[in-house]
Amino acid sequence: MDFTIQNNKDTRSGFGEGLLEAGRRNPKVVAFCADLTGSLKMGDFAKEFPERFFQTGIAEANMIDMAAGMALSGFVPFTGTFAAFSTGRVYDQIRQSVAYSNKNVKIAASHAGVTLGEDGATHQILEDIGLMKMLPNMTVIVPCDFNQTKAATIAAAEYDGPVYLRFGRPKVPNFTPVDEKFEIGKAQMLQEGTDVTIFACGHLVWKAVQALPILKEMGINAELINIHTIKPLDVEAVLKSVAKTKCVVTAEEHQRNGGLGDSIAQVLAMNNPCPMEMVAVNDVFGQSGTPDELLKAYHLDTPDIVEAVKKVIARK
Amino acid sequence: MTIQELERTASQVRRDIIRMVHGCQSGHPGGSLGATDIVTALYFDQMQIDPANFRMDGVGEDMFFLSNGHISPMFYSILAHRGYFPVSELATFRRLGTRLQGHPTTAEGLPGVRIASGSLGQGLSVAVGAAQAKRLNGDKHLVFVLMGDGEQEEGQIWEAAMYAPAKGVDNLVAIIDYNKKQIDGSTDDVMNLGDMRAKYEAFGWDVIEIDGNNMQAIVNALNLARENAHQGNPQLILAHTEMGMGVDFMMGTHKWHGSAPNDEQAANALSQLEETLGDY
Repeated sequence: MDFTIQNNKDTRSGFGEGLLEAGRRNPKVVAFCADLTGSLKMGDFAKEFPERFFQTGIAEANMIDMAAGMALSGFVPFTGTFAAFSTGRVYDQIRQSVAYSNKNVKIAASHAGVTLGEDGATHQILEDIGLMKMLPNMTVIVPCDFNQTKAATIAAAEYDGPVYLRFGRPKVPNFTPVDEKFEIGKAQMLQEGTDVTIFACGHLVWKAVQALPILKEMGINAELINIHTIKPLDVEAVLKSVAKTKCVVTAEEHQRNGGLGDSIAQVLAMNNPCPMEMVAVNDVFGQSGTPDELLKAYHLDTPDIVEAVKKVIARK
Repeated sequence: MTIQELERTASQVRRDIIRMVHGCQSGHPGGSLGATDIVTALYFDQMQIDPANFRMDGVGEDMFFLSNGHISPMFYSILAHRGYFPVSELATFRRLGTRLQGHPTTAEGLPGVRIASGSLGQGLSVAVGAAQAKRLNGDKHLVFVLMGDGEQEEGQIWEAAMYAPAKGVDNLVAIIDYNKKQIDGSTDDVMNLGDMRAKYEAFGWDVIEIDGNNMQAIVNALNLARENAHQGNPQLILAHTEMGMGVDFMMGTHKWHGSAPNDEQAANALSQLEETLGDY
């Protein structure tokens, strides 16, 4: 993988572009938004397809169930609001009308994690991956940059079934290939290595990319795999890599409980137990600050990944 | 169907409700009996539907959603007699492996059910979504939804109640099964609902208030709602019903909300309900 930074862009803008493209490809794609059209970058879709865009006001429960009602009628609805209000606030609606009823609703969740920044913990959900992955029928996607979020949005529209699509607010390095097809459930090999496997998702993928040259200088040949689909997890890719490296670090902008690391740990415990370290938020809420400050404060930064690698290799 | 035929059908549905709930010693007979007349009128007189060729998307036909999913015995009996699935399947209600789950679901593929319900307050929103889908499709058929009155205590109901008139969702007929009882007692005691008619009217709905156990009144109200549809406002039928209607000892109390009759009580109940279409 070429890690050249093409530009710095927010993943939510990738969603906005992907939604517009999905809408152009399929006239059945519709979108709902609960008073956050600008934040979710849904304005272009609303402008080009006004009859297919539904402003719900600040009423997320109604939005999720209206989307379910529209999905059963043959449409492909996306719902848009912050991740905090896309999950916990509407868990029962998603559980009964989307997941259990297996409706083709795409829950687009922006501003996930501490990188939402200054708004603080009320808005910085760190539990959403866990909430969503526990639901039968639900697919959980956490793309890492603008290009991948755009491609994931298009892929979600083409996939038949409930999808939780998680992305974020800040501008981050955009490095995955433009217009690379997104394969749901297929882990993305970013760099092959032999000494340790780093499984990362979302914004932490770039933080792990930045760790690679540091590790190399220390003589550590790390493998980096982007788990952009938390569920269904690419178990084969996980086990294949671990058979080679025999130790694992996971990195995510989420609680340790219920996140990517938790999913990987389950696979390892049942198939191939090995030393593992988790770079994640450990059972605390976030707080106000800039995204970069918060990533440092919650130990979700590149040095934290490097330290975790050193620690896990020492445990081998 | 004539009023008399509808009433005879409703009598069989009520027998089925008693027998289903008695058979598995679980379920919700009171609300089921009270709402039987409304849903019988919808399925056997009012809605344009094609039970033999059930389509999940409901394109080209009227659609019905049951928001208060606990009155599933009534719903299942009506779907079966209308031809969505064999009447004999009613005997499997709430039993392991059944398509007739305690609350309606889609997971088992039961024809006639388009979404799970049971957790209250969601059906109106689902119906609004389906109604908007019909508008996008240029489909002039209507979407009907039945809600409980206790369910009106859920905040989400009012999100949808605000949305539908604001967005001109005028191909929607919502019905409240207004029996004024819920699990813990009368709605007056649990949570005074106040003036439901004024509340919905203030939100921008056209409201029709009727005796929801009078078949002629139900048919008239549904006819009026159909006439009023497509003119800008959603329609609400506030249907005053009697929980337990048709079985004397189940009326006038909330105690049969979620309790099954024993053998003696079931026999007593069935003696009050004429078998008109044949028991399953």
